[in-house]
Amino acid sequence: MSLTRAEVEKVSLLARLLLTEEELGWMTEQLGAILEYMALLGEVDTTGVEPMAHAVEVSNVFRPDGVQPGLDREAALANAPHRDAECYLVPAVLGEV
Amino acid sequence: MMTTLIHQSAAELLGLLNAGQATSAELTRAYLARIDAVDGKVRAFLRVDPSAALARAEEIDARRKSDKPLGRLAGLPVAVKDLLCTTGEPTTCASRMLENFRPPYDATVVQRLKAADAVLIGRTNMDEFAMGGSNENSAFFPTRNPWDTTRIPGGSSGGAAACVAARMAPLSVGSDTGGSIRCPAALCGVSGLKPTYGRVSRYGLVAFASSLDQIGPLAGSAEDCALLLEVLAGHDPKDSTSVDRPVPDYSRTVTEPLKNLRIGWVREHFGEGLDAEVEKAVREAIRGYQSQGATVKELSLPHGKYAVATYYIIAPCEASSNLARYDGVHFGHRTDEKAMVAELEAQRKDLHQRGDQKALDDLDNALIRMYRRSRAEGFGPEVKRRIMLGTYALSAGYYDAYYKKALQVRRLIRRDFDEAFKEVDLIVGPVTPSPAYKIGEKIGNPLEMYLYDLYTVSTNLAGIAGMSIPCGLSSTGLPIGLHLQAPPFEEDRLLRGAAMFQQATDWHTRQPEI
Repeated sequence: MSLTRAEVEKVSLLARLLLTEEELGWMTEQLGAILEYMALLGEVDTTGVEPMAHAVEVSNVFRPDGVQPGLDREAALANAPHRDAECYLVPAVLGEV
Repeated sequence: MMTTLIHQSAAELLGLLNAGQATSAELTRAYLARIDAVDGKVRAFLRVDPSAALARAEEIDARRKSDKPLGRLAGLPVAVKDLLCTTGEPTTCASRMLENFRPPYDATVVQRLKAADAVLIGRTNMDEFAMGGSNENSAFFPTRNPWDTTRIPGGSSGGAAACVAARMAPLSVGSDTGGSIRCPAALCGVSGLKPTYGRVSRYGLVAFASSLDQIGPLAGSAEDCALLLEVLAGHDPKDSTSVDRPVPDYSRTVTEPLKNLRIGWVREHFGEGLDAEVEKAVREAIRGYQSQGATVKELSLPHGKYAVATYYIIAPCEASSNLARYDGVHFGHRTDEKAMVAELEAQRKDLHQRGDQKALDDLDNALIRMYRRSRAEGFGPEVKRRIMLGTYALSAGYYDAYYKKALQVRRLIRRDFDEAFKEVDLIVGPVTPSPAYKIGEKIGNPLEMYLYDLYTVSTNLAGIAGMSIPCGLSSTGLPIGLHLQAPPFEEDRLLRGAAMFQQATDWHTRQPEI
């Protein structure tokens, strides 16, 4: 299964990465080779095999529904690259740039 | 005093501290002096804060002097891999993305180490976000193998293993997603254990692949690993996958040999691609167990050959999802906004002039471009590769062919182990296909790097326990590791099996000349 440069570019948008022309080149080549190797799994008969998402199959672990202190706002904002006194700040989403 | 101190085991050092024959401050000074002397060559540590470590040691000494209650590791230096959150201290994951990140809370494991009165001596280097097996993927610098500084220490817990091998710390905490404790332990000639999934809390461990990640100890011997695991392990309400069952007193039982031990070796592990010297050392180790009364059985794990393909689908899928949090908004690196906006404006203008309406419609808005630029600048090549691989495998139309298929094969791999463990108590084999390779040797071929993990990834996929202990030296003087695997929650058996081997051999006492 080979991969095209256009597919890799599309995946880079889905992955929220911006790849340079050079990165697109080696990424296409390397991901293609890796996916070709993955084709090995095609020879395994998995009919009726339940997928195993977790090694310890525990489900619905609940804690008592009690009020507990959360992270202090200042502590939560302390690592923000761009903020004001109360919020995280991001570039404008609507309109031209 | 210094040379004698740093060459002793953690258990011996604890004995000296408890008997009043050494103080934690002396010990800490000795290790700090050792770091000063050799870490310029090894580069195992990303950060060491000598005055904080000494202050902590003195505080513990003062408590000991006045007979106040002390924790299990009181006064012992412990190195921590730089992906365990520690309040207010940089936790970088060896990534530019988190270069300036200071967590607002402690990982449960860090909390446990603090409560045990360990002296946190430094933060160890690693492959960026724990992705890699050579430590060459650190965004800052590669760690070098203390046995030969032109070679890799293994990864991703390369700094964690190298600092123990070079006697810069008696105990070290790493993490293992597909072999990241066992591979560097093997290549650096130390003991390292990956516990059963769920044995140690992952709360505050920066996530790579959440269904595979597990924290574990690295040390000079199985006995010392037992001591550290006892502190790390246990249920944590903050990690819903941590399992609520009692933690055995590993350090009390570790020196008791296993009676009527049945060990198995896997036919498929001794095939093509295994270095002859590694094979010889591992077979010799198996004979060693035999001479200690163990019965030996040949086994087959028929789905083992699919483990690397399975792992390199599941782990990148989980990584692409976990690493989506690095968006330049809440924490971590953010691109220069002015430059980003200027770039976008220039692109828009250019497309306008060329009348390319389609490209104009497709152009990122400023928020999306901010995400993409921040991530492009913050992540290194291996992390990008895995995010891309995972995003592709999870994207519409490919989910069944890759992710679901891999999860199904994962169950078959687990079933192979369940069958095997009906017949044997421990599975023994090689950890890596060869001793440490040269820095730069495989850097251009990611698939070759991935295949280097073939013996270790199944342990994580199956969620069982695994350990690497030294079992030989190559003709060029490089350590060789012996892989021991045990059924879920049989860490006690694993440690005792390893200690048994170490009682009969002296490979674990060999130290590099550096």
